[in-house]
Amino acid sequence: MSSSIFDSSPGDSNPGGDFAAREAAIALPPRNTALRRFCRHRLAMAGAIIIAILVLGSYLGPYLIPYDDTFIDIMQRFAPPFSGAHILGTDELGRDMLARLMMGGRISLAVGFTAMVISMGIGILVGAIAGYYGGIVGAALMRFVDAVLCFPSIFLLLALAALIEPGVASITLLIAATAWMDVARIVEGQIRGLRERDFAVAAEALGASDLRIVFRELVPNAVAPIVVAATLNVAKAILLESYVSYLGYGIQPPTPSWGNMLNNAQIYLTSAPWLAILPGLFITLAVTSFNFLGDGLRDALDPRMENH
Amino acid sequence: MAPYLIRRFGQAVLLLLVVSMIGFAILHLAPGGPMAQYAIGSNMSQEDLDRIAQQLGLDRPLPVQYAEWLWRMLGGDWGTSFRDGQPVLHVIGSHLGATLQLMLTATLLAIFLGCWIGILGAIRRYSVFDYLATIGAMVALSIPTFWFGLVTIFVFSVELGWLPAGNRETVGDGSLLDMLHHLIAPAMVLALVETAIWSRFMRSSMLDVVNQDYIRTARAKGLPRFKVLTRHALRNALLPMITVAGLQMPTLLGGALVTETVFTWPGMGRLFLDSISYRDYPVVMGILMFSAAMVLIGNLLADMLYAVADPRIRLG
Amino acid sequence: MAGELLLEVENLAVSFRSRGAVADAVSDVSFRLHQGETLAMVGESGSGKSVTSLALMRLLPDAPQCQVRGSVKLRDKTGSGMLDVLALPEPQMQAVRGNNIAMVFQEPMTSLNPVKTIGAQITETIRLHRPMLARAAEDEAVRLLDLVGIPAPRQRLTAYPHQLSGGMRQRAMIAMALSCEPSVLIADEPTTALDVTIQAQILDLLKRLQEQTGMAVIFITHNLGVVAEIADRVMVMYSGRVVEQADVVPLFQQPLMPYTRGLLRSVPRLDLAGRRAGALYAIPGNVPDPRRPPPGCAFHPRCDSFADGRCNVEAPRLDSTADGRQVRCLRWPEFVA
Repeated sequence: MSSSIFDSSPGDSNPGGDFAAREAAIALPPRNTALRRFCRHRLAMAGAIIIAILVLGSYLGPYLIPYDDTFIDIMQRFAPPFSGAHILGTDELGRDMLARLMMGGRISLAVGFTAMVISMGIGILVGAIAGYYGGIVGAALMRFVDAVLCFPSIFLLLALAALIEPGVASITLLIAATAWMDVARIVEGQIRGLRERDFAVAAEALGASDLRIVFRELVPNAVAPIVVAATLNVAKAILLESYVSYLGYGIQPPTPSWGNMLNNAQIYLTSAPWLAILPGLFITLAVTSFNFLGDGLRDALDPRMENH
Repeated sequence: MAPYLIRRFGQAVLLLLVVSMIGFAILHLAPGGPMAQYAIGSNMSQEDLDRIAQQLGLDRPLPVQYAEWLWRMLGGDWGTSFRDGQPVLHVIGSHLGATLQLMLTATLLAIFLGCWIGILGAIRRYSVFDYLATIGAMVALSIPTFWFGLVTIFVFSVELGWLPAGNRETVGDGSLLDMLHHLIAPAMVLALVETAIWSRFMRSSMLDVVNQDYIRTARAKGLPRFKVLTRHALRNALLPMITVAGLQMPTLLGGALVTETVFTWPGMGRLFLDSISYRDYPVVMGILMFSAAMVLIGNLLADMLYAVADPRIRLG
Repeated sequence: MAGELLLEVENLAVSFRSRGAVADAVSDVSFRLHQGETLAMVGESGSGKSVTSLALMRLLPDAPQCQVRGSVKLRDKTGSGMLDVLALPEPQMQAVRGNNIAMVFQEPMTSLNPVKTIGAQITETIRLHRPMLARAAEDEAVRLLDLVGIPAPRQRLTAYPHQLSGGMRQRAMIAMALSCEPSVLIADEPTTALDVTIQAQILDLLKRLQEQTGMAVIFITHNLGVVAEIADRVMVMYSGRVVEQADVVPLFQQPLMPYTRGLLRSVPRLDLAGRRAGALYAIPGNVPDPRRPPPGCAFHPRCDSFADGRCNVEAPRLDSTADGRQVRCLRWPEFVA
């Protein structure tokens, strides 16, 4: 067994538990905590930088390369990456992969971001109402949240997507409709907790309207977990978009998205594996970056989460 | 213990009721609603449709329709598939085995790997292994499952030729060995996300435990570190994992759907997708309700198991 | 005290290390402990008393995170020699822990494993150090529970910690600590988390057990009321150092170190007509950060007898007085007069 673990490590936030910490006030964090913090911080920074590059590349990139994402060139089908004029190769219709990845990135990132904004809106609204009013209204809303969470989000998303005309806007709305529950729970919990505190009572006594209390006083105080949830929600939305689009019920071709570019790729896995590998890499890169960023933000904004 | 479980059971029933309302609402959002079967691709006149609607009781108030629908659901009458005329429950049942096999294999794999990674990460906290496990888990949670499936097929089937690229068995073979051979890749793919989740929860649970006073007590007794780990830390650290297991059902089901699609695995998820493309709404609805019920049952089972495993709950 | 020498600590020092910075949690602690004797270790949180006790048990983190220097000699229960605790290999140390030297902790709720029965936890200790069959160990556990005053001891074997009251849990902890008849018992604030009436019961119990077994007790506390009740000798610690050591009566009658005086003044005293003076005295300020100890005497920023130019310049040594006391203060001779 290695040494370090059964020993109390003074950096831990463990009320009443850690006697070395309690007693010695040695509250010197062990070297490694700092290293870890720094490392996490660096990963979050890297995430932020990659997100910036992906966004810039997707929005400006198409103006910088000589190919159009919809230009079909039958003579250039299945050109492998790094072998000719097309840096990342071409697809089954001879379209430039890089151009398609950039345009697909626009869609995937935009869908992810917009869906996040909408789902945050729904989640904050539902959570704030449930948390502030409590009682029957709050309980009913939160049981509704619980019930929606019983449906695996992909099942719900696909069932709903099958009912509508798929398009960028409708898919974005559907993703938002299946991703707001966690936020509602967070906000409800925060507001229920904050409501007990004095300042909400004070505002109430001063005659502020209910809405004013909720959105002026309480929501800003719950902002740290909301920001973290928002970042993680972008990652979730990008993933969900890729799932439905891959399965054929999301963004419809010819509009490219990272997800639907993979829709046909499995057929060509033997002859043109880059069709499958490249878009997936970009999804993974984007989602990982948002997740690391969210994780770093949680560390920075909420020191109580240190242990996890 | 009993009052606690009764309360939890009551909550689950209540939740199932809300779930069924959502399901009913979705059913009526479908184009043509419960009439879709007749409305799509048939040449019935509006009068015919109205008459059928009346016969089916669709002209009555929604709450009445809901009550009837719920009653039929509880009685096991989940409607018939548009596609092959079979009862929905029967159709689901014939695909359930394949899904459960995949989910169970992946879960066992994930629990085994995830717990080990988590425990080692906690014991050697801040070691190189711990960093790699942390970063690896984060990346694993960010990889789209279907893409990981594609990459797995590319590597192990296309390039190396070790594993079959799909299906549950080779046509005409179907031996146990053949089935296991087909199971490896999809189970591995489905297990990826689960392993990441298990390792994270296990690590944090273990860290909570090893900093507890009773671990220090056990050391002060003169127990060697390894025995402190196995006799005192492990059981306490595994307790919250029961709850984690109960919460994995939605992730598992969603992952199974995607994995089954990539590997043409004849399970419930694949049936769901096929049913969607056929606009087979009764089956789509059936699977949606069935999966929600599985999620609920998973949670309930975890709660019951926890109550049995944790002596502190017995006070009620 | 005339008993046999059981524990001899010399120049014990513990430092924690992090990112190149070093924090001296304990330095230059020396004391001796004889059979049947009770030594009270007194000080505020962060004074190093718990770290000292953990160093005796060798339960601190390993190097390089934590460094322990000095020497700790513990009488071997079986032989007649002294064990060099700090040099003992870990497997041998495991045979010493719980056997020669045992510990009772502050929080009886969290110090017992919540998912194991009281019986399992006691028999585990017994069978760890004494070759005994499960059945016999169980009987022994019953005897121990009875010894510490737990009613219906056999039924309690199958009880879980949460099913016992705080006082009963602490009794069970004590039974566990005593299960191998250790020669030295370290009690780390064993009554702090308990009600006052229960506190008194536990103190009585410890005294009674000590008389029966002749073990030596190191009693860690910040409560001087408890000290007066139980201790033979008192060691006052501040900022990781012993600042005063004396027998209990002289120390209470004439504390030499201003810090001890402050501690004594902050004890509620019924004989001084309780609420006469209003608020209880509290030593101003806080314990210094061990990474940045103040120059000179560590206590000088909070001291009411602070002499500028001396206390903040020169670090006092631990002086021995004529009557066998020890004190760490530049001005103590003035206080004697």
